[in-house]
Amino acid sequence: MSDTPDRDGAKAAEEAQLRAVWANPTGWRYWTSVNNYQIGLWYGATAFAFMLFAGLLGLLVRAQLAVPQNDLISPELYNQAFTLHGTVMMFLFAVPIFEAVAIFLLPPMLGARELPFPRLGAFGFWSFLIGGVFVCGSIFFGAAPNSGWFMYPPLATSEQAGIGADIWLLGLSFIEVASLAAAVELIVGIMKCRAPGMRVNLMPLFAWYLLIVAGMILFAFPPLIAGDLLFEMQRMFDWPFFDPARGGDPLLWQHLFWIFGHPEVYIIFLPAIALLAMIIPTFAGRPIVGYSWIVLAAVGTGFLSFGLWVHHMFATGLPQISLAFFSAASTAVAIPTGVQIFVFIATMLAGRVIFSTPMLFAMGGIAIFVMGGLTGVMVALVPFDWQAHDTYFIVAHLHYVLIGGMLFPVFAGLYYYYPLIDGKHMSDRVGRLAFWLMFTGFNITFFPMHLAGLRGMPRRVHTYPADIGWDWLNLISTMGAIVLGIGMFAVVVDVTLHRRRQPKGETNPWKAGTLEWISEPEENWGVRSIPRIESRYPLWDQPNLAREVRAGQWYLADAGEGRRETLVTSVLDAEPEHVLRVGGTSTVTVVSAATLGTVFVALTFKLWLVSLVAGVAFITAVIWWLWTGTGEIPEKPEKDIGRGVSLPIYASGVKSTGWWAMFITMTGDGTAFASLVFGYFFFWTIHDDFTGGLAGPGILWPMTALALFAAAWAATLGAREANRRGNVASARLLLIAAALLSAAACAAALAGPWTAGMDPTSHVYPAIVWILVIWAAVHGGVGVLMQLYCLARSLAGRLTPTHDMELHNVALYWHFMAVTALVTFGVVGLFPEAL
Amino acid sequence: MLRLLPKEVESLWTLFTAPVVWAGHFLLCYVVAAIFCEKPDFLGFDFANLRVAIGILTLLSLSVIVVSALLAWRQWGFGAGDPPHDDPTRRDRLHFQGYATLLLSGLSFIAVIFTALPALFIDGCLR
Repeated sequence: MSDTPDRDGAKAAEEAQLRAVWANPTGWRYWTSVNNYQIGLWYGATAFAFMLFAGLLGLLVRAQLAVPQNDLISPELYNQAFTLHGTVMMFLFAVPIFEAVAIFLLPPMLGARELPFPRLGAFGFWSFLIGGVFVCGSIFFGAAPNSGWFMYPPLATSEQAGIGADIWLLGLSFIEVASLAAAVELIVGIMKCRAPGMRVNLMPLFAWYLLIVAGMILFAFPPLIAGDLLFEMQRMFDWPFFDPARGGDPLLWQHLFWIFGHPEVYIIFLPAIALLAMIIPTFAGRPIVGYSWIVLAAVGTGFLSFGLWVHHMFATGLPQISLAFFSAASTAVAIPTGVQIFVFIATMLAGRVIFSTPMLFAMGGIAIFVMGGLTGVMVALVPFDWQAHDTYFIVAHLHYVLIGGMLFPVFAGLYYYYPLIDGKHMSDRVGRLAFWLMFTGFNITFFPMHLAGLRGMPRRVHTYPADIGWDWLNLISTMGAIVLGIGMFAVVVDVTLHRRRQPKGETNPWKAGTLEWISEPEENWGVRSIPRIESRYPLWDQPNLAREVRAGQWYLADAGEGRRETLVTSVLDAEPEHVLRVGGTSTVTVVSAATLGTVFVALTFKLWLVSLVAGVAFITAVIWWLWTGTGEIPEKPEKDIGRGVSLPIYASGVKSTGWWAMFITMTGDGTAFASLVFGYFFFWTIHDDFTGGLAGPGILWPMTALALFAAAWAATLGAREANRRGNVASARLLLIAAALLSAAACAAALAGPWTAGMDPTSHVYPAIVWILVIWAAVHGGVGVLMQLYCLARSLAGRLTPTHDMELHNVALYWHFMAVTALVTFGVVGLFPEAL
Repeated sequence: MLRLLPKEVESLWTLFTAPVVWAGHFLLCYVVAAIFCEKPDFLGFDFANLRVAIGILTLLSLSVIVVSALLAWRQWGFGAGDPPHDDPTRRDRLHFQGYATLLLSGLSFIAVIFTALPALFIDGCLR
């Protein structure tokens, strides 16, 4: 554009500074990077490595089952192998790989420099790595979980389960924290960090899917965290939540696990379908047919998937009318799922399809998934499920669904997006070979399992007798597994060896139309400048866009203040709102993850002191992280982002990304709390007298606690308002009062069951009351920390009447706290009296 | 009739109205039936009443979904334009939202009927 040397020189200097600001550290400090590009890559590579490990375990299982009466591996190792195979595939591959892909792809796809909380993303990755290595490593010490990936009590609460059960519960709870962190990052990123003009009707479908999936995580993972909490309290301290002899019920675990477990299937499936929604239009050479229908399908599936959980419990003796509700929802979910498939088929019919390697994997995946979907409708019907329950038919069904609906699309995505990693391409020849090996290997492995299941072969058997009609089916399955394994191995060779010899190719080799292809693999800045978007396929419809963006002619082309910045825009129309300064390279993420990891590992081995010390270290690290990395008062109120637009640098309250993050986190937290309350009422429904004749916490202490929590809430809100009006001294006094009230509230909360002498090991009633009250008290304790943090910020001059983001976020936390207190003390104090 | 409809709300959340109604209907059906079958005396009515209650709840839910569909239809400009609604304008964004909300209302309508069907065929707490 410019023809004067001066302007060219200025642009070059601007570019050099931008590059320097976003540059990675070198040497060992490279690992302190928080940039979405590195984190996404590390995340993906780690998840992939776990997948290969779990795949080898799967092969081990298949080898053991190849012939009847085999004694290749011991029953104990077999139990550990299949449990770990399922656990790792679900928790360490299927969910994290989508988080990885999203962290890697979303910034360029949305036209953002970075996701809003890069350090949170890094923290999530390190938590995932530590937790994953811990869980996987256990098998080498013969200590892996051995009770199946869903860990049913009473088997998993028994002595037989050994330390493996604790490793499962604590290791995976730690990883669930990483998933929740990713959900926060993705929701805020997609809602608030899109390029200007990228209205909700122009958003890439990948972003639509990921938004729904991240929302699902908020409602699906917390019930499991609540379940893990109850489970671990039983294993560690003998609180009898799942012990029928003392009023507990193993079915509660099944409920909590599957309220998580079934939506999880869709949490895995939707992002994979999202990849297909990006890939298929590219190779059909036209926009997707039925964009709104895909949104319908994504939202519809997201909701309906929560009405499916009991279909894993059809054989537990629930009333038939309950089963029928879930059967109805399970068949209804086939509608939105089918819509997606037909949208893809319609897009392919309306365009001219190029059968590239990614397309092969995509279509192979769809074919396999449709087959799994059809058997899914079969097992959604109660009478059929009673026949097929816990047989190899289910094993076949779930592998068809997950491998067709997730693994093949992920491989399609790998081949499709590989050029974005370093500009090199994967080998087409190897890819096609790998596809056909995997596709045939898969079907040879898993199709016969339908028949083995219908012939009565149960899941999880270590071996089986000859001559009952299972021999040759199992032998065929094992041979197929080897072919599938060879196919996967070909891809591994392609990724690790072949690409080294490849020259750099085009950055947009497929001529795709979506914005992520604007990304420059050798740069760390996401996009050189942030464009205004006017189309769903901007690279097809805005011909000069890529050149202008790379020439730095759009918004926020500079980093003049030496800070990493991205744009925050409005939810519906993506109008620019403010400039967000995101966190840069830091060791605090690694330290936080390592200390939190130590807490969980130490708890597994009952090293109380170590976990206490690590816990204090973790809290210190997080406070340090917040103190140094967030809420900074900028040196100037506004920044000129180019093209005559000037935006504020600081935002507070509902406009700030931090407020959204708090809201989202507390929604997840509220779901976990609701799951515990569900537990309370679950025990009420199954017993004539759910208190077991034992004394409750009474009314006095719970109501005192409620009143004190309400007062603390009011004081916190008062502090926010006083500060906003410039009355800083009153705000500080109110914060002190709020902290004292909260501390007193926590004490009053615990005083209820304490003074009533409720023994949580004696019966499930005192146990569930204690859990609810402890939950409220711990949240009250966190609330105190927050109030004191705001006080300290105010005293340090880092929180002022015009820069009060922290106080808004803490007040928001206290809204949730107030509801938690209301429900907790209403339930434990008033409900038993009302009966 | 159009005057009876409330003022137009511009928010992403309206998209989720009908599925939320489905979720509420589903949860209520499940919880009430579960409590009924575990504690037959607690609710103080028999299974026939339970079926009627589910029926009324279903009609209520369906009516709310119909209202949400009407609002969506209005947001879609009463079908003034055809999809794909991919222009970079507020108008197309609204039409897209309206159309997607209308589709979701349809799906939720069907799903609520699906959920209610068991109450039509099952007449006791059989296990």
